[in-house]
Amino acid sequence: MRLQYPTNIKVVRVPCTGKVDVLYILHSFEKGADGVYLVGCLEGGCHYNSGNLKARKRVEQARKILDTIGIGGERVRMYNLSSSDGPLFAKYATEMDEKIREMGPNPIKLAKKKKAA
Amino acid sequence: MIVADKKPIEEIIEYLKGKQNILILGCNECVTVCEAGGKKEVGVLASALRMYFQNQGEDVKIDEVTLERQCDHEYLEEIRDRVDQYDAVVSLACGVGVQFMAEKYHSTHIYPGVNTCFLGATEERGLWTERCQACGQCILATTGGICPVSRCAKRLLNGPCGGSTTGKCEVKKGDEEIDCGWQLIVDRLQALDRLDEYETLCPVKDWSTDRAGGPRKVIREDLKQ
Repeated sequence: MRLQYPTNIKVVRVPCTGKVDVLYILHSFEKGADGVYLVGCLEGGCHYNSGNLKARKRVEQARKILDTIGIGGERVRMYNLSSSDGPLFAKYATEMDEKIREMGPNPIKLAKKKKAA
Repeated sequence: MIVADKKPIEEIIEYLKGKQNILILGCNECVTVCEAGGKKEVGVLASALRMYFQNQGEDVKIDEVTLERQCDHEYLEEIRDRVDQYDAVVSLACGVGVQFMAEKYHSTHIYPGVNTCFLGATEERGLWTERCQACGQCILATTGGICPVSRCAKRLLNGPCGGSTTGKCEVKKGDEEIDCGWQLIVDRLQALDRLDEYETLCPVKDWSTDRAGGPRKVIREDLKQ
């Protein structure tokens, strides 16, 4: 298909989105990620029954925390698609990239830079 | 177990303003099971606080430790050599752990990280319900294993009262209806073919063992050293 998607996205492979913990998401931001999104199987189509539903809950938890501490909950998102749907994967990647560019860099990175200067 | 709920992060941030060295102290017992103050919750809170203070441009050191229990001397002793280096400790244990910490380490500020709620059971993940009020004189033997002290809003011992309608209590939690504790007891006794026991009047209960008499003690001379 030779599809293009933004090169600034680092893919972290997990056996199921149910493996993704709130801590993984928070630590990504602590380490300077500008945004994190989870791409799980379609709802109802999880091979482990409810992994993607658990992931969605954790995304919600992370969003709430990030909103509270002023980082911006919108920087975390959950997407669902079928594993054979390459075009949609590329579309979501572009959408997320645009959203994060709109929001700007992770404020922690800016605060650290400001302090170092 | 003791059921607790997480405190809002905003509230914890308020406690910690101006502090430089902070310890988030979890507990491996009840609060771990109800996902309010175990190792994972310690990690989440510590990470959130680190990001908050970094975002504010403040240099705050936040460490994470989770003890086996915070209601026993031997486990609390594990942090004796390091507790002095912190100007604040946020304990994610129940109220017992927070107080025991504060009693043991006088020079450090101890703040609660959870709201301790009740003695209850895990009905399902994310749902905990009250089962016991620790009244100190258990009467479950006569009530089919259902406690009227914790399940009846009036703590009636010879119920139900006139407020019980179609198995529901006249007291509501918001819009949510509560089962009449005494209806549950009657149904249970009936199912056990023990309904005749319902006819036996429960004598006046000795409430001196309940909370009203102030803080309570259990003294076991056979165990004391």
